Amino acid sequence: MSANDWPLWEVFVRPRRGLSHGHVGSLHAPDATMALRNARDLYTRRQEGVSIWVVPATEITASSPDEKDAFFDPAADKVYRHPTFYEVPEGTQHL
Amino acid sequence: MNHDYLLQLGDDALIAAQRLAEWHASSPEMEEDVALANIALDQLGAARLLLTYAGEAEGRGRDEDALAFLRDDREFRNCLLVELPNGDFAVTVAKLFFLAAYQLPLYTKLAGGEDERLAAIAAKARKESAYHLDHSAQWTIRLGDGTEESHRRMQDAVDALWPYTHELTSGDVSRDEWLSTVEPVLAEATLERPADGWAPGGGRTGVHTEHLSYLLAEMQVLHRAHPGAKW
Amino acid sequence: MYGNDIPDLLGEVDAAETALREAAARDTGATHGEVAYFDAVIQADQKVEPRDWMPDSYRKTLIRQIAQHAHSEIIGMQPEGNWISRAPSLKRKAILLAKVQDEAGHGLYLYAAAETLGVSRDELVDLLLAGRQKYSSIFNYPTLTWADVGAIGWLVDGAAIVNQVPLCRCSYGPYARAMIRICKEESFHQRQGFEILHTLSHGTEAQRAMAQDAVDRWWYPSLAMFGPPDADSTHSEQSMAWKIKRFSNDELRQRFVDMCVQQAGVLGLTLPDPDLRWDEERQAHDYTQPDYDELMRVIKGDGPCNRQRMAHRRRAHDEGAWVREAAAAYAKKKESLNRNSGRGPLTSAAAPVPRGELP
Repeated sequence: MSANDWPLWEVFVRPRRGLSHGHVGSLHAPDATMALRNARDLYTRRQEGVSIWVVPATEITASSPDEKDAFFDPAADKVYRHPTFYEVPEGTQHL
Repeated sequence: MNHDYLLQLGDDALIAAQRLAEWHASSPEMEEDVALANIALDQLGAARLLLTYAGEAEGRGRDEDALAFLRDDREFRNCLLVELPNGDFAVTVAKLFFLAAYQLPLYTKLAGGEDERLAAIAAKARKESAYHLDHSAQWTIRLGDGTEESHRRMQDAVDALWPYTHELTSGDVSRDEWLSTVEPVLAEATLERPADGWAPGGGRTGVHTEHLSYLLAEMQVLHRAHPGAKW
Repeated sequence: MYGNDIPDLLGEVDAAETALREAAARDTGATHGEVAYFDAVIQADQKVEPRDWMPDSYRKTLIRQIAQHAHSEIIGMQPEGNWISRAPSLKRKAILLAKVQDEAGHGLYLYAAAETLGVSRDELVDLLLAGRQKYSSIFNYPTLTWADVGAIGWLVDGAAIVNQVPLCRCSYGPYARAMIRICKEESFHQRQGFEILHTLSHGTEAQRAMAQDAVDRWWYPSLAMFGPPDADSTHSEQSMAWKIKRFSNDELRQRFVDMCVQQAGVLGLTLPDPDLRWDEERQAHDYTQPDYDELMRVIKGDGPCNRQRMAHRRRAHDEGAWVREAAAAYAKKKESLNRNSGRGPLTSAAAPVPRGELP
């Protein structure tokens, strides 16, 4: 009995209009059609009206944490990108 | 609303649910355990609504549990197809496919019918039936057009169950309508559509196969052992 | 009727989830080097993610722990599912079926988390079937009556929740996230078990006796679920350092006992321990330990149902082989068809009928 009869798929779900798809986990299925159906059963059983993406795990290209210096440090340097760095004057609402 | 008719609808769903639930922890793959349980829950949910309505329409004070657990098999109104044993996965898939191809047009009709309560039940059940049909059709195709072994098993299942489909199409759903759903899927699955011949029936008047009595014995035993108890 | 324990535990799950998000926003303050970075992430209560460097033993320990957790969910479907076909009301049948389905789902979430560590689910299933990976020993006991379903929900799921809520803070990201998802779904499981027992204990005399008998049989095995006493527990120290394990066996067991005593009172059932009593000094209950020799025997394979559970799982796996092969064969056929026709492998997937919408 060979392994990997049913490849691994990563599942992304958008629970509601207005939100973006988020990674929720993975599952095994023989093909895309069944993967979509299995994803609906497994990851959205309790919700209606969701949008599901399934992607073969082998099709995903990921960055490597070893590259973290090159990718991520520049942003960490520029601390003013993050809203928490601004000091909001007292009394300002909704900001 | 004719309570006997509601019993037909409810018993189809209840017995189908009972058989599907037998697959728990035994499906060919874990994802399929989740899928079959989903379908069983859908059928059971519809059964509960229909049986509750049937009890009220009957007017003898029987609720869903009295109907499910205290009727003998001669009082059940399900079609013979649903009470047949699960067999292997191919038999289960074929049973579900044939049933869903009947329940979908049936619920669609009832959803537009005059009885508001039944229409509401049918509207919900119709959406679920579409899913059951899709799921079982996908499997019919994969088993029919998979390996030699799966093809053989699927063809055997279709052949063995075909006679029981005539009982489905002798009422609100016509043979032609049912075939228009079933035949294209069988073709895509590279399966042969069996010839029509023997057409067993009797479920709608309480004349069942020997299988139902065993099924009910298991289903009803605990409830009957404690008369009047609440659970 | 139910008391505050489950809302408290659910509150802890929410807190764990909040902590995860807050930690994600913090800087680890790590400097250079893989080991230093790993240690800093753990120290800062942040999450190790799949492509991070990690010590080999951390990875191996996690694979084993997550896999055995997944196996437990799958095997657990057997004793619980044993009463679906005979459930005494349609409502109870539906609830139990939904619960068992949840367990299948939880097993799948956990296998998915384990796979992020570079092992395939097939390998893990093979290890289970070969007896080289274990599942929770509690599922090697039989469900002899309907009341056992209630007892499992109350005691076994209760113990599982006490064990699992701390895991929502586990250092490994995918495992922590899976546990948060699982704990949220599990909230209704224990409540259902409790309700079953409550209905029985307030029902006929036969029902009350059934409930008490089930509790008598499931109490000590549930206590044993927390593992051997801390003094005898060999792996705990390293797991604690890696923040895979957050509390000791004895701490969790004590927490469970204290929770159950109050609930047993509400149920009107007794726990089969004549030495169970409140200790004012410790502010906790003194209780009789389970038989750990029995636990060891059951873990080794000589519990009442080990052979049956494994045979059932093996049979399902073997009998399903032709189905899995058929689906794989079909997928291959379609793939080569698409290749020949110039279409991509994914474009042929028809959009399924969405739940909640008409075809």
